[in-house]
Amino acid sequence: MKFIDEFRDRDLARGLATAIAQEAARDRSYRLMEFCGGHTHAIFRYGVQDLMPAQVRFVHGPGCPVCVLPTARLDLAIAMTERHGLTLCTYADLMRVPASNRHSLLKAKAAGADIRMVYSTQDALAIARANPGRQVVFFAIGFETTTPPTAVALKQARAEGLGNFSVFCNHVLTPPAMRAILETAGPEGIAIDGILGPSHVSTVIGSAPYDFVPRDFGKPLVIAGFEPLDVMQATLMLIRQINAGRAEVENQYSRAVTPEGNRKAQALMAEVLTLRDTFEWRGLGFLPDSAQRLNEAFADFDAEQRFRVAVPPSCEVKGCECPAVLRGIKEPADCRLFGTVCTPDNPMGSCMVSSEGACAAYWSYGRFRDAA
Amino acid sequence: MRPRTALFDRDLPMCLAVPARVIALDPATDMATVALGAVTKEISLALVENTEVGDYVLVHVGYALGRISPEEAERTLALIAAAGDLAAA
Ligand code: SF4
Repeated sequence: MKFIDEFRDRDLARGLATAIAQEAARDRSYRLMEFCGGHTHAIFRYGVQDLMPAQVRFVHGPGCPVCVLPTARLDLAIAMTERHGLTLCTYADLMRVPASNRHSLLKAKAAGADIRMVYSTQDALAIARANPGRQVVFFAIGFETTTPPTAVALKQARAEGLGNFSVFCNHVLTPPAMRAILETAGPEGIAIDGILGPSHVSTVIGSAPYDFVPRDFGKPLVIAGFEPLDVMQATLMLIRQINAGRAEVENQYSRAVTPEGNRKAQALMAEVLTLRDTFEWRGLGFLPDSAQRLNEAFADFDAEQRFRVAVPPSCEVKGCECPAVLRGIKEPADCRLFGTVCTPDNPMGSCMVSSEGACAAYWSYGRFRDAA
Repeated sequence: MRPRTALFDRDLPMCLAVPARVIALDPATDMATVALGAVTKEISLALVENTEVGDYVLVHVGYALGRISPEEAERTLALIAAAGDLAAA
Protein backbone atom coordinates (compact mmCIF):
# COMPACT_ATOMS: atom_id res chain seq x y z
CA MET A 1 0.00 0.00 0.00
CA LYS A 2 1.23 3.41 -0.91
CA PHE A 3 3.16 5.30 1.78
CA ILE A 4 3.36 2.11 3.83
CA ASP A 5 5.15 -0.59 1.84
CA GLU A 6 7.93 1.68 0.57
CA PHE A 7 8.81 2.57 4.14
CA ARG A 8 9.16 -1.09 5.11
CA ASP A 9 11.55 -2.04 2.29
CA ARG A 10 14.12 -4.59 3.43
CA ASP A 11 16.97 -3.54 1.17
CA LEU A 12 16.66 0.08 2.19
CA ALA A 13 16.53 -1.02 5.84
CA ARG A 14 19.74 -2.99 5.38
CA GLY A 15 21.41 0.05 3.84
CA LEU A 16 20.35 2.24 6.75
CA ALA A 17 21.51 -0.38 9.27
CA THR A 18 24.94 -0.42 7.62
CA ALA A 19 25.10 3.37 7.64
CA ILE A 20 24.16 3.47 11.34
CA ALA A 21 26.73 0.80 12.21
CA GLN A 22 29.44 2.77 10.36
CA GLU A 23 28.58 6.16 11.79
CA ALA A 24 27.87 5.27 15.42
CA ALA A 25 31.12 5.71 17.32
CA ARG A 26 32.19 2.62 19.22
CA ASP A 27 33.52 4.43 22.23
CA ARG A 28 30.29 6.11 23.28
CA SER A 29 26.64 5.27 23.79
CA TYR A 30 23.61 6.72 22.06
CA ARG A 31 20.59 6.55 24.33
CA LEU A 32 17.65 7.68 22.24
CA MET A 33 14.26 8.13 23.82
CA GLU A 34 11.32 7.41 21.58
CA PHE A 35 8.76 9.59 23.32
CA CYS A 36 5.73 8.13 21.62
CA GLY A 37 4.18 4.72 22.25
CA GLY A 38 3.58 4.35 18.53
CA HIS A 39 7.34 4.31 18.05
CA THR A 40 7.77 1.79 20.88
CA HIS A 41 5.27 -0.40 19.07
CA ALA A 42 7.06 -0.02 15.71
CA ILE A 43 10.51 -0.63 17.20
CA PHE A 44 9.34 -3.96 18.64
CA ARG A 45 7.10 -5.01 15.82
CA TYR A 46 9.83 -4.62 13.22
CA GLY A 47 12.75 -5.61 15.42
CA VAL A 48 14.48 -2.26 14.85
CA GLN A 49 16.52 -2.58 18.04
CA ASP A 50 18.06 -5.80 16.66
CA LEU A 51 19.32 -3.90 13.62
CA MET A 52 21.22 -1.43 15.79
CA PRO A 53 24.81 -1.71 17.00
CA ALA A 54 25.12 -2.36 20.74
CA GLN A 55 25.90 1.27 21.58
CA VAL A 56 22.60 2.54 20.13
CA ARG A 57 19.75 1.89 22.58
CA PHE A 58 16.13 2.95 22.48
CA VAL A 59 14.74 4.19 25.78
CA HIS A 60 10.95 4.01 25.95
CA GLY A 61 9.14 7.21 26.82
CA PRO A 62 5.76 8.08 28.34
CA GLY A 63 3.90 8.81 25.10
CA CYS A 64 1.27 6.11 25.45
CA PRO A 65 -2.09 7.79 26.10
CA VAL A 66 -3.64 4.90 28.00
CA CYS A 67 -0.51 4.33 30.07
CA VAL A 68 -0.22 7.87 31.43
CA LEU A 69 -3.86 8.22 32.47
CA PRO A 70 -3.76 8.22 36.28
CA THR A 71 -5.86 5.62 38.06
CA ALA A 72 -7.78 8.36 39.86
CA ARG A 73 -9.31 9.56 36.58
CA LEU A 74 -10.35 6.05 35.64
CA ASP A 75 -11.92 5.59 39.09
CA LEU A 76 -13.79 8.84 38.52
CA ALA A 77 -15.12 7.70 35.13
CA ILE A 78 -16.35 4.41 36.57
CA ALA A 79 -17.98 6.10 39.57
CA MET A 80 -19.64 8.68 37.34
CA THR A 81 -21.08 5.96 35.12
CA GLU A 82 -22.28 3.74 37.95
CA ARG A 83 -23.71 6.40 40.24
CA HIS A 84 -25.34 8.57 37.61
CA GLY A 85 -26.53 5.66 35.48
CA LEU A 86 -25.22 7.18 32.32
CA THR A 87 -23.82 5.79 29.07
CA LEU A 88 -20.03 6.02 28.85
CA CYS A 89 -18.40 5.88 25.42
CA THR A 90 -14.72 5.00 25.36
CA TYR A 91 -11.92 4.05 23.02
CA ALA A 92 -11.37 0.30 23.27
CA ASP A 93 -7.84 0.64 24.67
CA LEU A 94 -9.19 1.82 28.00
CA MET A 95 -11.52 -1.09 28.72
CA ARG A 96 -9.00 -3.36 30.42
CA VAL A 97 -6.87 -0.77 32.20
CA PRO A 98 -6.76 -1.65 35.91
CA ALA A 99 -8.58 0.83 38.13
CA SER A 100 -8.35 0.85 41.94
CA ASN A 101 -9.27 -2.34 43.79
CA ARG A 102 -8.95 -4.58 40.73
CA HIS A 103 -11.84 -2.81 39.05
CA SER A 104 -11.91 -1.82 35.35
CA LEU A 105 -14.35 -0.48 32.78
CA LEU A 106 -14.73 -4.02 31.49
CA LYS A 107 -15.73 -5.30 34.92
CA ALA A 108 -18.09 -2.38 35.46
CA LYS A 109 -19.71 -3.20 32.12
CA ALA A 110 -20.04 -6.87 33.06
CA ALA A 111 -21.72 -5.73 36.27
CA GLY A 112 -24.34 -3.85 34.27
CA ALA A 113 -22.93 -0.36 33.64
CA ASP A 114 -23.70 0.97 30.15
CA ILE A 115 -20.19 1.28 28.76
CA ARG A 116 -19.71 1.21 25.01
CA MET A 117 -16.60 1.04 22.89
CA VAL A 118 -16.41 3.55 20.07
CA TYR A 119 -13.95 4.00 17.25
CA SER A 120 -14.57 7.70 16.76
CA THR A 121 -16.15 10.69 18.50
CA GLN A 122 -18.67 10.56 15.65
CA ASP A 123 -19.88 7.20 17.00
CA ALA A 124 -20.37 8.74 20.45
CA LEU A 125 -22.45 11.56 18.93
CA ALA A 126 -24.54 9.00 17.04
CA ILE A 127 -25.26 7.14 20.29
CA ALA A 128 -26.39 10.39 21.93
CA ARG A 129 -28.67 11.24 18.99
CA ALA A 130 -30.21 7.77 19.01
CA ASN A 131 -30.83 7.80 22.77
CA PRO A 132 -32.29 11.22 23.62
CA GLY A 133 -33.50 9.88 26.98
CA ARG A 134 -30.00 8.93 28.14
CA GLN A 135 -27.01 10.97 29.20
CA VAL A 136 -24.07 10.02 26.99
CA VAL A 137 -20.54 10.84 28.13
CA PHE A 138 -17.48 10.53 25.92
CA PHE A 139 -14.35 9.51 27.88
CA ALA A 140 -11.81 11.67 26.07
CA ILE A 141 -8.17 10.71 26.49
CA GLY A 142 -5.02 11.12 24.47
CA PHE A 143 -2.40 13.53 23.25
CA GLU A 144 -2.73 16.24 20.60
CA THR A 145 -3.64 13.63 17.96
CA THR A 146 -6.92 12.61 19.60
CA THR A 147 -7.81 16.05 20.93
CA PRO A 148 -9.01 17.71 17.70
CA PRO A 149 -11.66 14.99 17.08
CA THR A 150 -13.03 15.70 20.57
CA ALA A 151 -13.19 19.41 19.76
CA VAL A 152 -15.09 18.72 16.53
CA ALA A 153 -17.64 16.58 18.38
CA LEU A 154 -18.20 19.28 21.00
CA LYS A 155 -18.80 21.93 18.37
CA GLN A 156 -21.20 19.64 16.57
CA ALA A 157 -23.07 18.79 19.79
CA ARG A 158 -23.56 22.48 20.54
CA ALA A 159 -24.64 23.30 17.00
CA GLU A 160 -27.22 20.51 17.14
CA GLY A 161 -28.32 21.37 20.68
CA LEU A 162 -27.49 17.83 21.76
CA GLY A 163 -28.22 18.33 25.44
CA ASN A 164 -27.59 14.73 26.48
CA PHE A 165 -23.97 14.65 25.25
CA SER A 166 -20.95 15.62 27.33
CA VAL A 167 -17.22 14.98 27.52
CA PHE A 168 -15.04 13.75 30.39
CA CYS A 169 -11.88 15.48 29.25
CA ASN A 170 -8.44 14.02 29.97
CA HIS A 171 -6.49 15.35 27.03
CA VAL A 172 -2.80 15.91 27.70
CA LEU A 173 -0.01 17.81 26.01
CA THR A 174 3.28 16.42 24.73
CA PRO A 175 5.78 19.28 25.26
CA PRO A 176 5.25 19.62 29.06
CA ALA A 177 5.73 15.87 29.54
CA MET A 178 8.89 15.97 27.45
CA ARG A 179 10.15 18.83 29.57
CA ALA A 180 9.41 16.88 32.75
CA ILE A 181 11.36 13.88 31.48
CA LEU A 182 14.34 16.05 30.53
CA GLU A 183 14.25 17.90 33.84
CA THR A 184 14.48 14.69 35.83
CA ALA A 185 17.25 13.30 33.64
CA GLY A 186 20.27 12.76 35.83
CA PRO A 187 20.50 10.88 39.11
CA GLU A 188 16.71 10.67 39.45
CA GLY A 189 15.98 9.89 35.85
CA ILE A 190 17.56 8.52 32.78
CA ALA A 191 20.46 9.85 30.71
CA ILE A 192 19.17 10.63 27.23
CA ASP A 193 21.36 11.67 24.29
CA GLY A 194 18.55 12.50 21.88
CA ILE A 195 14.82 12.22 21.28
CA LEU A 196 12.76 10.68 18.51
CA GLY A 197 9.87 13.13 18.26
CA PRO A 198 6.26 11.96 17.82
CA SER A 199 4.79 11.43 14.36
CA HIS A 200 1.16 12.34 14.46
CA VAL A 201 1.18 14.63 17.46
CA SER A 202 3.60 16.65 15.35
CA THR A 203 1.26 16.54 12.36
CA VAL A 204 -1.09 18.56 14.56
CA ILE A 205 1.24 20.82 16.58
CA GLY A 206 4.07 21.14 14.05
CA SER A 207 7.79 21.05 14.79
CA ALA A 208 8.17 24.50 16.37
CA PRO A 209 6.91 23.52 19.89
CA TYR A 210 9.99 21.33 20.37
CA ASP A 211 12.45 24.20 20.05
CA PHE A 212 12.94 24.21 23.83
CA VAL A 213 14.58 20.77 23.70
CA PRO A 214 17.84 21.93 22.08
CA ARG A 215 17.55 25.44 23.55
CA ASP A 216 16.99 24.55 27.22
CA PHE A 217 18.45 21.06 27.41
CA GLY A 218 21.05 20.94 24.62
CA LYS A 219 19.57 17.73 23.19
CA PRO A 220 18.81 16.96 19.54
CA LEU A 221 15.26 15.96 18.55
CA VAL A 222 14.24 14.40 15.24
CA ILE A 223 10.54 14.06 14.42
CA ALA A 224 10.11 10.59 12.95
CA GLY A 225 7.39 8.72 11.07
CA PHE A 226 6.03 5.42 12.39
CA GLU A 227 7.33 3.05 9.73
CA PRO A 228 10.57 1.14 10.36
CA LEU A 229 12.58 3.06 7.74
CA ASP A 230 11.38 6.32 9.30
CA VAL A 231 12.59 5.26 12.74
CA MET A 232 15.94 4.14 11.32
CA GLN A 233 16.51 7.26 9.27
CA ALA A 234 15.64 9.45 12.25
CA THR A 235 18.09 7.41 14.34
CA LEU A 236 20.82 8.06 11.78
CA MET A 237 19.97 11.78 11.83
CA LEU A 238 20.26 11.81 15.64
CA ILE A 239 23.59 9.97 15.51
CA ARG A 240 24.91 12.51 13.01
CA GLN A 241 23.81 15.42 15.21
CA ILE A 242 25.36 13.84 18.30
CA ASN A 243 28.63 13.10 16.47
CA ALA A 244 28.83 16.67 15.22
CA GLY A 245 27.99 18.11 18.64
CA ARG A 246 24.83 19.67 17.21
CA ALA A 247 21.47 19.93 18.98
CA GLU A 248 18.63 20.93 16.66
CA VAL A 249 15.05 20.06 15.88
CA GLU A 250 14.99 18.16 12.59
CA ASN A 251 12.05 16.69 10.75
CA GLN A 252 12.41 13.27 9.16
CA TYR A 253 8.63 12.97 8.70
CA SER A 254 8.34 15.87 6.29
CA ARG A 255 5.68 14.10 4.23
CA ALA A 256 3.19 14.77 7.06
CA VAL A 257 4.72 17.34 9.41
CA THR A 258 5.32 21.05 8.80
CA PRO A 259 6.85 23.64 11.15
CA GLU A 260 3.45 25.18 11.88
CA GLY A 261 1.36 21.98 12.00
CA ASN A 262 -2.35 21.70 11.29
CA ARG A 263 -3.68 25.23 11.87
CA LYS A 264 -7.31 24.26 11.46
CA ALA A 265 -7.04 21.57 14.13
CA GLN A 266 -5.18 23.97 16.43
CA ALA A 267 -7.89 26.61 16.02
CA LEU A 268 -10.63 24.12 16.81
CA MET A 269 -8.88 22.99 19.99
CA ALA A 270 -8.36 26.60 21.06
CA GLU A 271 -12.03 27.36 20.53
CA VAL A 272 -13.25 24.60 22.82
CA LEU A 273 -10.49 23.83 25.33
CA THR A 274 -8.32 25.64 27.82
CA LEU A 275 -5.23 24.74 29.88
CA ARG A 276 -5.61 23.15 33.29
CA ASP A 277 -3.34 24.58 35.98
CA THR A 278 -2.08 21.12 36.75
CA PHE A 279 -2.87 17.50 35.89
CA GLU A 280 -1.67 14.17 37.18
CA TRP A 281 0.24 11.79 34.90
CA ARG A 282 0.93 8.21 35.82
CA GLY A 283 4.67 7.98 36.30
CA LEU A 284 5.34 11.71 36.06
CA GLY A 285 3.14 13.03 38.87
CA PHE A 286 1.39 16.40 38.71
CA LEU A 287 2.68 18.60 35.89
CA PRO A 288 1.69 22.27 35.50
CA ASP A 289 -0.02 23.38 32.28
CA SER A 290 0.12 19.85 30.89
CA ALA A 291 -3.52 19.06 30.14
CA GLN A 292 -6.71 20.59 28.83
CA ARG A 293 -10.31 20.94 29.96
CA LEU A 294 -13.42 22.40 28.37
CA ASN A 295 -13.46 26.19 28.46
CA GLU A 296 -16.22 28.31 30.00
CA ALA A 297 -18.15 28.57 26.74
CA PHE A 298 -18.49 24.79 26.67
CA ALA A 299 -19.03 24.28 30.41
CA ASP A 300 -22.50 22.83 29.72
CA PHE A 301 -20.82 19.93 27.95
CA ASP A 302 -18.31 19.23 30.69
CA ALA A 303 -19.17 15.87 32.28
CA GLU A 304 -16.95 16.65 35.26
CA GLN A 305 -19.19 19.59 36.16
CA ARG A 306 -22.44 17.92 35.22
CA PHE A 307 -21.97 14.62 37.02
CA ARG A 308 -20.05 15.33 40.18
CA VAL A 309 -18.75 12.36 42.14
CA ALA A 310 -16.21 11.96 44.90
CA VAL A 311 -13.93 8.94 44.91
CA PRO A 312 -11.47 7.72 47.57
CA PRO A 313 -7.75 8.11 46.81
CA SER A 314 -6.73 5.64 44.12
CA CYS A 315 -4.59 2.61 44.78
CA GLU A 316 -2.33 0.78 42.35
CA VAL A 317 -1.34 -2.86 42.21
CA LYS A 318 1.61 -3.46 44.54
CA GLY A 319 4.81 -4.20 42.67
CA CYS A 320 3.74 -2.67 39.35
CA GLU A 321 6.66 -0.67 38.00
CA CYS A 322 4.69 1.33 35.42
CA PRO A 323 5.79 4.70 36.84
CA ALA A 324 9.48 3.83 36.44
CA VAL A 325 8.87 2.19 33.06
CA LEU A 326 7.10 5.34 31.85
CA ARG A 327 10.04 7.49 32.82
CA GLY A 328 12.45 5.19 31.01
CA ILE A 329 14.21 4.28 34.28
CA LYS A 330 13.22 0.62 34.27
CA GLU A 331 12.59 -1.94 31.58
CA PRO A 332 9.47 -4.10 31.73
CA ALA A 333 11.56 -7.18 32.47
CA ASP A 334 12.80 -5.43 35.62
CA CYS A 335 9.27 -5.75 37.02
CA ARG A 336 8.72 -8.79 39.21
CA LEU A 337 5.19 -9.20 37.89
CA PHE A 338 6.14 -9.09 34.20
CA GLY A 339 5.06 -12.20 32.36
CA THR A 340 4.16 -14.08 35.53
CA VAL A 341 1.33 -12.31 37.31
CA CYS A 342 1.00 -9.59 34.67
CA THR A 343 0.24 -10.49 31.05
CA PRO A 344 -1.90 -8.84 28.36
CA ASP A 345 -4.74 -11.21 29.28
CA ASN A 346 -4.54 -10.21 32.90
CA PRO A 347 -2.82 -6.83 33.06
CA MET A 348 -1.76 -5.41 36.42
CA GLY A 349 -0.70 -2.04 35.06
CA SER A 350 -1.61 0.19 32.15
CA CYS A 351 1.72 -0.45 30.37
CA MET A 352 0.59 -4.04 29.73
CA VAL A 353 -2.78 -3.07 28.24
CA SER A 354 -2.31 -0.89 25.20
CA SER A 355 -0.19 -2.11 22.29
CA GLU A 356 1.70 1.17 22.73
CA GLY A 357 2.68 0.29 26.27
CA ALA A 358 6.26 -0.86 26.73
CA CYS A 359 5.28 -3.95 28.75
CA ALA A 360 2.76 -5.09 26.15
CA ALA A 361 5.26 -4.45 23.34
CA TYR A 362 7.94 -6.53 25.10
CA TRP A 363 5.44 -9.30 25.67
CA SER A 364 3.68 -9.33 22.29
CA TYR A 365 6.77 -9.42 20.18
CA GLY A 366 8.16 -12.32 22.10
CA ARG A 367 11.54 -10.93 22.94
CA PHE A 368 11.32 -11.86 26.59
CA ARG A 369 8.78 -14.61 26.47
CA ASP A 370 11.37 -17.32 26.99
CA ALA A 371 12.98 -15.51 29.84
CA ALA A 372 9.67 -14.86 31.55
CA MET B 1 -20.70 -2.32 9.75
CA ARG B 2 -17.21 -1.11 10.15
CA PRO B 3 -14.74 -3.19 8.13
CA ARG B 4 -12.47 -5.23 10.33
CA THR B 5 -9.01 -5.41 8.95
CA ALA B 6 -5.61 -5.34 10.48
CA LEU B 7 -5.11 -1.81 9.24
CA PHE B 8 -8.04 -0.19 10.94
CA ASP B 9 -7.63 -2.60 13.76
CA ARG B 10 -8.32 -1.78 17.33
CA ASP B 11 -5.02 -3.42 18.21
CA LEU B 12 -3.19 -0.62 16.53
CA PRO B 13 -1.72 2.05 18.75
CA MET B 14 -4.26 4.72 19.51
CA CYS B 15 -2.16 7.60 18.30
CA LEU B 16 -1.34 5.84 15.05
CA ALA B 17 -2.77 7.24 11.87
CA VAL B 18 -2.79 5.34 8.59
CA PRO B 19 -2.37 6.77 5.08
CA ALA B 20 -5.45 6.27 2.92
CA ARG B 21 -6.53 7.54 -0.50
CA VAL B 22 -9.58 9.75 -0.86
CA ILE B 23 -11.92 8.17 -3.39
CA ALA B 24 -15.09 10.24 -2.91
CA LEU B 25 -16.12 13.48 -1.24
CA ASP B 26 -19.40 14.54 0.30
CA PRO B 27 -19.12 18.32 0.69
CA ALA B 28 -22.60 18.56 2.29
CA THR B 29 -21.48 16.59 5.35
CA ASP B 30 -17.74 17.29 5.13
CA MET B 31 -17.17 13.55 4.96
CA ALA B 32 -15.08 11.47 2.55
CA THR B 33 -14.74 7.85 1.54
CA VAL B 34 -11.17 6.66 1.77
CA ALA B 35 -9.56 3.46 0.55
CA LEU B 36 -6.80 1.54 2.17
CA GLY B 37 -6.01 -1.37 -0.08
CA ALA B 38 -9.33 -3.12 -0.62
CA VAL B 39 -10.99 -1.59 2.44
CA THR B 40 -13.08 1.55 2.27
CA LYS B 41 -14.24 3.73 5.10
CA GLU B 42 -16.20 6.93 5.76
CA ILE B 43 -14.19 9.57 7.57
CA SER B 44 -14.67 13.19 8.61
CA LEU B 45 -12.81 15.99 6.84
CA ALA B 46 -13.52 18.51 9.61
CA LEU B 47 -9.83 18.83 10.48
CA VAL B 48 -8.39 19.39 7.00
CA GLU B 49 -8.83 21.89 4.19
CA ASN B 50 -9.06 21.69 0.42
CA THR B 51 -9.05 17.92 0.16
CA GLU B 52 -9.44 16.47 -3.32
CA VAL B 53 -10.18 13.04 -4.69
CA GLY B 54 -6.86 11.23 -5.16
CA ASP B 55 -5.19 12.91 -2.18
CA TYR B 56 -3.65 10.75 0.53
CA VAL B 57 -4.68 11.64 4.06
CA LEU B 58 -3.65 10.35 7.48
CA VAL B 59 -6.69 8.72 9.04
CA HIS B 60 -6.96 8.70 12.82
CA VAL B 61 -10.01 7.71 14.90
CA GLY B 62 -12.33 8.44 12.00
CA TYR B 63 -10.86 11.80 11.00
CA ALA B 64 -8.37 12.95 8.38
CA LEU B 65 -5.61 14.51 10.46
CA GLY B 66 -3.53 15.88 7.63
CA ARG B 67 -2.48 15.35 4.05
CA ILE B 68 0.56 13.39 2.93
CA SER B 69 2.88 15.10 0.51
CA PRO B 70 3.92 12.68 -2.26
CA GLU B 71 6.85 14.94 -3.15
CA GLU B 72 8.21 14.90 0.40
CA ALA B 73 7.73 11.12 0.58
CA GLU B 74 9.85 10.74 -2.58
CA ARG B 75 12.48 13.04 -1.19
CA THR B 76 12.68 11.06 2.07
CA LEU B 77 12.99 7.74 0.21
CA ALA B 78 15.76 9.20 -1.96
CA LEU B 79 17.66 10.33 1.16
CA ILE B 80 17.26 6.89 2.70
CA ALA B 81 18.56 5.21 -0.45
CA ALA B 82 21.49 7.65 -0.61
CA ALA B 83 22.48 6.89 3.01
CA GLY B 84 22.52 3.17 2.19
CA ASP B 85 24.53 3.70 -1.00
CA LEU B 86 27.06 5.81 0.82
CA ALA B 87 27.48 3.11 3.46
CA ALA B 88 27.91 0.40 0.82
CA ALA B 89 30.47 2.41 -1.15
S1 SF4 C 1 4.78 -5.78 33.77
FE1 SF4 C 1 2.71 -5.27 34.48
S2 SF4 C 1 2.92 -4.87 36.62
FE2 SF4 C 1 4.97 -4.77 35.75
S3 SF4 C 1 5.31 -2.61 35.20
FE3 SF4 C 1 4.47 -3.60 33.42
S4 SF4 C 1 2.27 -3.26 33.58
FE4 SF4 C 1 3.11 -2.86 35.63
